[in-house]
Amino acid sequence: MIMDNEKKIRPALEVHDLTVAFDRKPVLWNIDLAIPQGKLVGIIGPNGAGKSTLIKSVMGLLPLSSGYIKLFDRNLNDVRNRISYVPQRESVDWDFPASVLDVVLMGRYGKLGLFKRPRKADRDVAMDCLRKMGLESFMNRQISQLSGGQQQRTFLARALAQQADLYFMDEPFAGVDAATEKTIIQLLRDMTNANKTVVVVHHDLQSVTEYFDWVIMLNTRLIAYGPTEATFTQENLQEAYGGKLTLLSDVGDLIRRERFPNREQPSKQQMP
Amino acid sequence: MNSFYEFFSFADPNIRFVVIGAMLLTASSAIVGSFTFLNKKSLIGDAIAHAVLPGICLGFILSGTKNPVFLIGGAFLTGWISLMAVDFITTRTRIKEDSAIGLILSVFFGIGIFMLTIIQKSGNAAQSGLDNFLFGKAAALVGGDLYVFGSVAILLLVGVYLLFKEFTLLAFDKNFALSLGLPVKKIELVLTSLIVLAVVIGIQAVGVVLMAAILITPAAAARFWTDNIKRMILLASIFGALSGVAGAYISFTAPAMPTGPWIVIVISTIAMISFFFAPSRGVVSRLIRQSAIRKTINDENVLKTLYQLGEDNKDFLVKRHPLEILRRRKMPPKRLNKILNRLQQQGYLERSDAFSELTEEGKTRARRVVKIHRLWELYLTTKLNIAPDHVHDDADTIEHLLTPELEAELERVLDFPKVDPHKSEIPYDDLRNEERNTKYEV
Repeated sequence: MIMDNEKKIRPALEVHDLTVAFDRKPVLWNIDLAIPQGKLVGIIGPNGAGKSTLIKSVMGLLPLSSGYIKLFDRNLNDVRNRISYVPQRESVDWDFPASVLDVVLMGRYGKLGLFKRPRKADRDVAMDCLRKMGLESFMNRQISQLSGGQQQRTFLARALAQQADLYFMDEPFAGVDAATEKTIIQLLRDMTNANKTVVVVHHDLQSVTEYFDWVIMLNTRLIAYGPTEATFTQENLQEAYGGKLTLLSDVGDLIRRERFPNREQPSKQQMP
Repeated sequence: MNSFYEFFSFADPNIRFVVIGAMLLTASSAIVGSFTFLNKKSLIGDAIAHAVLPGICLGFILSGTKNPVFLIGGAFLTGWISLMAVDFITTRTRIKEDSAIGLILSVFFGIGIFMLTIIQKSGNAAQSGLDNFLFGKAAALVGGDLYVFGSVAILLLVGVYLLFKEFTLLAFDKNFALSLGLPVKKIELVLTSLIVLAVVIGIQAVGVVLMAAILITPAAAARFWTDNIKRMILLASIFGALSGVAGAYISFTAPAMPTGPWIVIVISTIAMISFFFAPSRGVVSRLIRQSAIRKTINDENVLKTLYQLGEDNKDFLVKRHPLEILRRRKMPPKRLNKILNRLQQQGYLERSDAFSELTEEGKTRARRVVKIHRLWELYLTTKLNIAPDHVHDDADTIEHLLTPELEAELERVLDFPKVDPHKSEIPYDDLRNEERNTKYEV
């Protein structure tokens, strides 16, 4: 029981003084935040605010200019099996020669390890996830023949197959019809009810209060984060969307032009 | 013809050696090359192929013999250096990958030709035959050399077999592989080493200049035939092996002829055939599908016209003269005659003399087309707020396309309406009519 309590207290995600740069220009400045377990969290902000960059940095896909990230109070590499990442749908070439089942089975590769082929048990898990996403009748279909919504569901089924505790999803509602969006949000609800944590990059401001327990509001820097009703305020929205901070952007451009390092000392925690 | 029989009876053990060797080299190159193709890194293979030439010359200069172990070692070394150079240029400068590949390819190949010329002018007797690596010579695959090249080929096959799952995932979604914590850098290192090795052994049969063809073309050809990656790679290896045999045969019948160009011609022919004739992805099958669609549209339009002619006095099963049809729907009379013949064959029409009459089946099909046309017009005007005079052309296409599921969905969304925006009645079949009536009664 005490163990259980401890688990609940530990934040699922803790970001400390995170700065991330592309071609030296910072796209995220000094982000500090912590997300408790069992929440459905939306990352909100205008285009180019660094929403995808934030979750890519958390997943170790980008080098950090400064700061560190803890997941369940551990380093990413120690808890890989508990973390799942859903990339943007457009990030892959869907004309790849693979079936829906092939893609969902990829969710098992982390648990399988090198050299090993998927076993019967992995197939069972994959089939179960396909069913949850309503894709069982498409399992043998080539992935280029799917609609956008079906492709998105394929990616989500792959993430489910990882059986993780913490999910990062990059725009899972992009190109998805209203009915699919409802199915997905219901699934995410069920997951958070089972004390899983789901962090979602989200675009549609209309549905924020309806969908999310917590929000992270970004525009290059962190505007606010916390429970939706306290955080998703007119004031914060105004700050996130109300025009760029031109000074911040100008300084970023200057750093790139001058080939200047982001920190006098390079960050201790680089890419794993 | 005699040499053909002699060759393909495989009676001569030398021929057997050369054939097996050439097949093994080309097939394994094709298998490894499938992943360069899927990774969209086709040009990299070309760069490596050209960059191994200085390595081969280096191996010869250092050892003084054509011992394949030294040649392979040298080729492997410069192949890798070229890759690292491309990588260095793309990450450290503003030069993009395609330019970097162009630069590296020509520099390394230039140095290679330079060294080769020096060796040839040196008067070293052992050098004769070194230039076979330029355009390939499958017939040189005999004795001990074959064992060396063969073992490398088998190493390639084992490597791909063991890491098949990882290579596939990396080609499809590298970021996801990284997020799983797979050792992506190491896996890429292994794949790259396999590609370099495939080039190094492939050049014996194909030569450095044309090596890229045997890496990429089999995979590109195989992709036309299947959507399954395992089948694709199997097909690529078969295509590769076929071209290898062709190369070996040429090498046997015309010893002065380099094998590389022949292998390339065979594999390119296979690729062309795939491009045109592969089912579903090939050009011809696409044209056939297009023509089938056009026929359906023409047929259904004539059925529709016959139905509309019958609408005036609610009598659809009437003998009509072609001129009646042509008055409503303009087309060359010859084409109409063809369509009427086809419809008669399919059982949608009865024809007597010049006259045509819808059968019950023809009437049902025609009614469905008319119904979908009018439903779609209604959908566009009521749900999408499109002006009624703009919806006709759109509906003319949709009426031939809609699946029964979408048809039912359309009826449901519009709640089984009675008339379209132009006040024409929307015809339902009798079953649906009942459904509709009960609905309104309730």
